[in-house]
Formats: sequence, C-alpha cells, structure tokens
Amino acid sequence: MKLALKELRRRPGRFATATVILTLIAILLMFLGGLLDGLIAISTGAIRAQNADAIVYSDTAQASFVRSRIDPELRAQVEAVDGVSEVGGIGNVQLGARVPGNGPRDLASVALFGYELAPDGVPDAPPYGQAWADESIEADGVEEGMIIEVGPARTPIEIVGFVEDTNFNGQSSLWASPETWRDTLSANRPDAQLGPGVFQALIVRGDGDLPDAIDAATDGATDSYTVDGAVDAIPGVTEQQATFNQIIGVTVAIALVVIGLFFALLTVERTSLYGVLKALGAKSSTIFAGLVAQAVVVTTIAATIAGTLVVLLDVLLPPGSIPLLITPARILLSFGLLLVAAVLGCSFSLRRVLRIDPASAIGTTS
Amino acid sequence: MNTAPSNSPADSSAGTSTLTTALQMSDVRKVYKMGDGSEVVALDHATLTLGSDEVVALVGPSGSGKTTLCSIAGGILSATEGRIVVGDEDISGHDAKELTKFRQDKVGFVFQSVNLVPFLNARENLLVVDELGKRTGAPAKARADQLLEELGLADRAKNLPSQLSGGQRQRVAIGRALMNDPTLVLFDEPTSALDTKLGEQVMELIRNEMKSRGTAAIVVTHDERITHYCDRSVHIIDGRLEA
Repeated sequence: MKLALKELRRRPGRFATATVILTLIAILLMFLGGLLDGLIAISTGAIRAQNADAIVYSDTAQASFVRSRIDPELRAQVEAVDGVSEVGGIGNVQLGARVPGNGPRDLASVALFGYELAPDGVPDAPPYGQAWADESIEADGVEEGMIIEVGPARTPIEIVGFVEDTNFNGQSSLWASPETWRDTLSANRPDAQLGPGVFQALIVRGDGDLPDAIDAATDGATDSYTVDGAVDAIPGVTEQQATFNQIIGVTVAIALVVIGLFFALLTVERTSLYGVLKALGAKSSTIFAGLVAQAVVVTTIAATIAGTLVVLLDVLLPPGSIPLLITPARILLSFGLLLVAAVLGCSFSLRRVLRIDPASAIGTTS
Repeated sequence: MNTAPSNSPADSSAGTSTLTTALQMSDVRKVYKMGDGSEVVALDHATLTLGSDEVVALVGPSGSGKTTLCSIAGGILSATEGRIVVGDEDISGHDAKELTKFRQDKVGFVFQSVNLVPFLNARENLLVVDELGKRTGAPAKARADQLLEELGLADRAKNLPSQLSGGQRQRVAIGRALMNDPTLVLFDEPTSALDTKLGEQVMELIRNEMKSRGTAAIVVTHDERITHYCDRSVHIIDGRLEA
C-alpha cells in the first residue's frame, strides 16, 4: 500500500484525469443533493418546526391544510384521548403579498399560518394584524416593522420580526394569531372561510403513540401523523425526493463506472510491473489493496475540492435565487457514496490482478 | 579487465561435490495442456544441482525451456513432476501461498528488462523487497545502504531509474535481488539490453557479488560469449538439459 501511495505522490499527473472527472461528478452529486435538500427545506420547514407528537388532519385531507377541517367537536374528541396533554389549532392560507417599494405585480409569495401552539423557533402569536415572518422574505425587500398587503383583499399584516427555516410549499411563512389568519382567509378566500373554532389541523403534544390512538378515538374521522410522517405526506415531497434520488443514484453509478474503467486501464498498463512485484513476493491482496488505496485517495481529493467549490457556490449565490442548501451531512453523504463507488469500481480490477502471472516477469522484455 | 576464470562442465561438477547444495532439481517435468487437449512438454526430466556459491549459465535457444526451468527453480511455476529443493526447503509440493513466501525469503530475481519500479529511487527499489516481505524496517534500510555502497551506487541512491544509466539500473536490480539474502539468484538474460563492454562489466559484477556472498546463481542466456564468467554452462534444448 505504501508503494501505491508513493506512486500517487510522485506521479500525480497519471491520476489527474480521473481526479478531474471525479471532481466534476462530486460537484454534480453535491449540487443535486443540495438542490434536493433546499427544495425539501423550503417545502417542509413549517411542519418540521412543529413541536408536536401528532399532527392531526381530517380523514379525507391527505395531509393537505386546504382540504382539512377540524371542528370543535372533533377537537374535543382528540383532547380526550389518553396521553394527550396539549392541543392547538393551526391553519394556513397561501397568498401573494404586496411589499411597499415593489411593483404592483411584484408579489411576494407567502403562506400565512394561524397557530395556537408555537412551533420551535417561533415566539407566541403576536397581536391581531401582526405576524412573524420567515427570514427568506427579506429577499423580497421586506423589513421588520413593514406592513405588507396580503391577497386580493390587501389585508394588512405588520411584520414584527423574523424566524428561520419555517417555509412551506416554497413560500415564505408568516406566523400570526388564529384570528388574524381566520380573517385573512375569509377576506381573500371567501369560498374557504371557516366558522368560529374551526381549524384546518391540530398540533398535539403528549405521551405514547398518539397518531394511532387519536385516529382510533375519532373512529377514523382524523388522519394523524408524526412530524416526520407529516413532512413525507406533504403533497409532492416524496415525489421530489424520489426523482432527485434517482438522478443521484445514476450519478453514483456513473462515478462507479468511471473509477472502474480508470483503474481497469491502469491495471492493464501495469500488468508487467505487477508481474515483477508478484515474482518478488507480492501477494495479489497487497496489490489490490494498493489499487483501492489509490482510488480512495483520488476520491477523497475529488470530494474535498468539490465540497469546497460547492460551499463557495452556496456562499456566492444571491439568497433566494435557487433553493440550494449545502450541509456538512450532504457533503459527507456524497463523499461516502463516492467512496463506495470507488471501492466497487476497483473491484472490477480484482480478477485481473488475481490473474496476473508472476511468470510473466521472466522471459519478457517489457 | 576480464578476471573470470575459464571453466568447463567437467571441472565445475567436481567443484559442486564439495559444496553445500543451493538447488537440487531431480527429474523435473513441466507439461502444459493445450486447449485442443494436446500436451506440450516444456521441461523434460530435468536434473540440475547447484552448489551454494556456484554460478551456472543456462544456455539455449528461444523456446528451449530456459525460462520454464528458471521459473520452477524460483518458485514462480509449479512443476508437473519431480523434486525441487532450494537450500533446505523442498518446494515441490508448495501451494501458491507457500511459493509466494518462499520467493520473499529464498530467491532473488534479475529480470531481462531490469524492471525497476519507475517511480521509486534506487534505494526504495531495494526496499520494495522488504516491504513486500518481512518488513523489518531499519535493518532493511541499513542493508539497502550497504548493498548500494558495495555496488558503487551510494551516490545514486536518491536517483530514479530514469536518471540512471543502463549499467547502473542493472546494478540496482542486482542489489534488489540480494536484499533478502537469497539462497539462489536467477538472472534472466542480464546482458541482453547492454552493449558488449557493459555486458562484460555486469557479468563480472554478478560473478564477484555471488562469490563474495556465497550465493548460487543461474544466469539464463543465449549469448555464449558471457558464459566464461560462470563456473559452468548447462545447455538446454527442447526442454532437455545437456551437460
């Protein structure tokens, strides 16, 4: 293995092509992963932020706020379930908002939530007519203290501060009192207005397996999820994940083939040298371990360069321009996938290494 | 310049009787089975004995079985029949793993095209043997330095093979072959890539090194002009050894 690492150090040019190609693949892998994470983050932040043991929708809602209705009677049934300690209503309406200083058609997309139990990172509901806003709305020119006009009814909402990572369906979230939300919904979506005490969903805290217990207690009138389950159930999220993961999978497969071909060619080129080393007493396992070590080092270098470039790209991109979220976890996952591809790719050469005959070193001139 | 002794098969065989045996091949056959079911006999009932510091030239035309004999003596190939003893080790029944260990410990090779590892300097090319084998570390480094000194390459220790002349590369290869203090060194056409003068210098070096260390060697060659550097010559034709 020392021999292989020395070759890498002294003949870096031989590995430059593979390193460049792998770096490009690693950039693609990390960029795709970052896009997936970014898309998921801006679609699910409002649900992920919920400090809940169960999120309860009505039975036919399919985890959609728009389709869900929880009336006071149903809420009372939920509150009566063993293990339930706190229940808070939540509702949402998605609208366009006029921002002072922007053009009349330059609307900021917002998802206004009315809530009783505050999500993580969001303070208690502000007074009527005010809202906390996700910081992503700053990209639309919104500032603290600014009054924006929401929806066709131009309902005024004063922004009293900013919170992080609470976006929903790709829109900036606004967090307001239930009354503010209910009146905004009635004024801008008259067809969807809800009666007093009616919410779209419930945030439930307590002990035990609450989603199943709640659905059983309401005799199937509710459709309850854990927070993770509710995130996955958001319409479009699973489809987005599946699509991106397939693209990422194909990219990893391409990396595997690239590494496999590169080291297969290298092995063919080195057949004579390996024959000599075997004649001198090298085991096939020693030679193969050297190949794997070289592949791991090349992959590590490629992933390090790619990780640095992707982080730089993330820093340089204007906020809100594309939904890119680069995290250490994503970079490490991409690195891990490339390492697996590298080791598997190298294994294509194992048979060839095993078949190299030390006798080939004798009686040949090259 | 030429200090090699004159020799003949007759006087060399007399010499071996007083020496410890480095190699004993008895009735060794190597038969290759071809795809069509026919058999090719590469080595036919070969019997050869080498004394512990004996240098033997193995002479024969291409395809005569020189390489096969050398490969079997060096534990690279297994014989179909016969007995092979190198030093005190009978390798006739060795499996691939045992042969690998045997090559690490008991045999040195100098290949036809020298075949140094191109990205290692002269000293590191010698240390490869230790890295692939016992991994003794410091003692191996000391031995490599000593061998390079003895071979006149101390000032070339840090040079890559591409920075060495043909003769210097050949000397590094000889040093590599001696790193594991072998019982037997096999030289495969050591002068084929060298001009006459350099070839003679290398053969003289081989002889001197083997004699000074008490190491046996087989020098495979088809060049009769260099055989006088060896204690005796053994001819091989169509897989059969001739005195």
